[in-house]
Amino acid sequence: MSHADDPTGTRRDFLFYATAGAGTVVAGAAVWPLVNQMNPTADVQALSSIRVDVGGVQPGTQLTVQWLGKPVFIRRRTAEEIEEANAVDVSTLPDPLARNANIDGEAPATDPNRALAAPGAEGSEEWLVMMGVCTHLGCVPLGNAGDFDGWFCPCHGSHYDTAGRIRRGPAPENLPIPVAEFADESTIVLG
Amino acid sequence: MLKKLALGALLVCGLATGPALAAEEESHVVDFDFSFEGPFGSYDQMQLQRGLQVFTEVCSACHGLRYVAYRSLGYEGGPELPEPQVRAYADFYEVFDETLLDGEGDFRPATPTDHFPESSLSNAPDLSLMAKARAGFHGPYGLGINQFLKGMGGPEYIASVLTGYTGEQREEAGAVLYENTAFPSGWIAMAPPLYGDDVSFQDGSPTDLESTAKDVAAFLMWTAEPKLGARKQAGFTGVLMLGVLAVLLYLTNKRIWAPHKRKLKDTPAPR
Amino acid sequence: MAGIPHDHYTPKSGGERWLHKRLPVVGLLYDTIMIPTPKNLNWMWIWGIVLTFTLVLQIVTGVVLVMHYIPSTEQAFASVEHIMRDVNGGFMLRYMHANGASLFFVAVYAHIFRNLYYGSYKEPREVTWIIGILMYLLMMGTAFMGYVLPWGQMSFWGATVITGLFGAIPFVGEPLQTWLLGGPAVGGYTLTRFFSLHYLMPMILAGLTMVHIWAFHTTGNNNPTGVEVRRTSKEDARKDTLPFWPYFVIKDLFALAVILVVFFAIVGFMPNYLGHPDNYIEANSLSTPAHIVPEWYFLPFYAILRAFTGDVWVVQIASFVTGGIVDAKFFGVLAMFGAIIVMALAPWLDTSSVRSGRYRPMFKWWFALLVVDFFVLMWVGAMPAEEPYATISLIASAYWFGYFLVVLPLLGVFEKPLPQPGTIEEDYATHYAPNTGGTTTVVNPAE
Repeated sequence: MSHADDPTGTRRDFLFYATAGAGTVVAGAAVWPLVNQMNPTADVQALSSIRVDVGGVQPGTQLTVQWLGKPVFIRRRTAEEIEEANAVDVSTLPDPLARNANIDGEAPATDPNRALAAPGAEGSEEWLVMMGVCTHLGCVPLGNAGDFDGWFCPCHGSHYDTAGRIRRGPAPENLPIPVAEFADESTIVLG
Repeated sequence: MLKKLALGALLVCGLATGPALAAEEESHVVDFDFSFEGPFGSYDQMQLQRGLQVFTEVCSACHGLRYVAYRSLGYEGGPELPEPQVRAYADFYEVFDETLLDGEGDFRPATPTDHFPESSLSNAPDLSLMAKARAGFHGPYGLGINQFLKGMGGPEYIASVLTGYTGEQREEAGAVLYENTAFPSGWIAMAPPLYGDDVSFQDGSPTDLESTAKDVAAFLMWTAEPKLGARKQAGFTGVLMLGVLAVLLYLTNKRIWAPHKRKLKDTPAPR
Repeated sequence: MAGIPHDHYTPKSGGERWLHKRLPVVGLLYDTIMIPTPKNLNWMWIWGIVLTFTLVLQIVTGVVLVMHYIPSTEQAFASVEHIMRDVNGGFMLRYMHANGASLFFVAVYAHIFRNLYYGSYKEPREVTWIIGILMYLLMMGTAFMGYVLPWGQMSFWGATVITGLFGAIPFVGEPLQTWLLGGPAVGGYTLTRFFSLHYLMPMILAGLTMVHIWAFHTTGNNNPTGVEVRRTSKEDARKDTLPFWPYFVIKDLFALAVILVVFFAIVGFMPNYLGHPDNYIEANSLSTPAHIVPEWYFLPFYAILRAFTGDVWVVQIASFVTGGIVDAKFFGVLAMFGAIIVMALAPWLDTSSVRSGRYRPMFKWWFALLVVDFFVLMWVGAMPAEEPYATISLIASAYWFGYFLVVLPLLGVFEKPLPQPGTIEEDYATHYAPNTGGTTTVVNPAE
């Protein structure tokens, strides 16, 4: 290789810049896997969506399942509970928002906005699916308890009604409703 | 890598590799062709699905796949079953869930996040990693050249064992052993699992002994190395990027050394 | 710090002076990176950088793997499979770490044999050499313990066999082995301590690397001529050397990139080629694999270990003289460690006044034979312990010791060395045109 025809500075500069640039790209490409390996693994990701068989849940009872490390309440409500929930004036609630991940974030906390309609029964408010984590400090509220026939958090005395809305106590928000839908008549998909 | 260099070293010192070395009785492993061989080979999705069927209908009676999760049947680069099929397939198995019945535990249908069961027969090895836990090719003379040229030969070994029964059998210590040309000792405790036409494939693929043996061997290679495609891609990317960098560094190196390494004949300087 | 005379860092701005007065770290980095380096270094002077890079690679991938690995007999094997299947990119991280060990040893053997040929171990570089041998021993320990962690069949039985070596030491052997293992046999208690040490030892290795570099930066690099850089003045030194940056950094990086291309080809397309299939079977204390073979990088010394059986006369004499204390098993262990110790003693065993093998006509042939011997040992180490391999390994082992204990001392007496160049510059000028000037742009004369 003869260097007698060595070019002017520009071509040498270009080579140096190209080499430095390629080196930087290679180093960057090497760093990404080291960062990415800390993201949730495939088995953890696979649990981000679970299917719950609710075929055996009778009206007036509830099922607690664990999802993403937290409890989820799935309650099949009686007609009285639904009636009680509908009788409340939304404007008087401490938290007037539905807190339902399936609908618009600004939706009001009416009972239909909180309930999950079963397939083929649009408008039914029988099913209520929500996170079982008190919005105050993260305890798990007790079912069929409290002054509003819904849930009661034993830690600091937050009372939730039959639609899981905060009515009295320190909790700031209604119990959140996760992304959920019916896959078929007896299966709810969470996430 | 150094094993190759060792060959060169041997040639240099001219060691006589007499017939005594070759005397070792070799079990016979056929070098079957698989779609996933070579630097750019990848799994044949339909073959993996057929292999899954053979495994389910035949092998799973005794053998487990404890490290394989059902969900991976739907992953890219594998059999790629659609999600409802993965769910239906998992539902077919039962798992023991110790969180049920207030901690006493109970059986429930498996979900995609569960793993395949373990072997149900104590002397039937788990097959998850079988295709990497066996080397079909050896030597010659401990130099690893066959493995370099043909690969480790795990799936070839599996297919060879499945097709290697001679039909001879004998009893030893109360157990029946079957003669097999691929099994290292020549006699294997596993009864011939495949005879040909053991399964029927929906896609009309051949169901003769060799085809089904190859299908299930390919499937077991996938269970052992599910990320084969991603691995080859990563390797190729690495080779390519570093290759480009190496060329650039070579030119840069030449350039910066040029003032100090001008050849003698290029200059009018006296010799 | 002593060393080749060269320009030192002088802080320019106020901030630099402020820092330099309190912590001269910039000056230290400057002196390290701009160190005058013999300008005639050839392509065997790249392995140090490769080794440093590989140490970093192993530490980085290792730290990352530890985030997912579980050191328990129940879960170790399964957690490795978890890494291979479920962790994002985990299969690449593990394959790189596993094959990185092989890269490490390829580089260290090339590095060692480079030193043996060019006489780099000789005065005044003995300390660099001894530290290097220590690092090599630490590397072997780290690699061995790391190989146990996946808890496969080879892990388990390799650990059983290697710790058994310590059991061969007379009187204290058995308690020592029990102490190493933490129990009567390899078990969960062994796994956890090996895990801890496998994490600790690379850190010590990193520390020793700095001492190693410090040592040879004090003596200066050796070079293919074996003639020292002139230290009489900065001007003289400058004629023999070029600064490390950019000349040798770019050269080494180029070599590293080429080596990594090969490395990635192996990791991507044949990651299990250098491993053993049995290690994909979970450890089973009730069933030993048919052939227990160490990883390739241990094979030469494994062959020496096995070479000295009870029917070798040297072993019988040793046993007779010591009244049976040194039996064949212990002799094998002594031979294996002795093979490394004689290497460490090379600076005092080599009596030749000439450093580089380039000017030693007889030495060249003995050295070539040593390289061949090394590969032969590696090969017989992988073969079963039977004839003709037993005889071959005995001859090869004998030559290994013969080279260091007999050939090196005698060559210095009998060999007639070739004339050496007076200076590095003189040698350089026989290959390349005289330097036209500084390190900046060159205006070439028209051709």
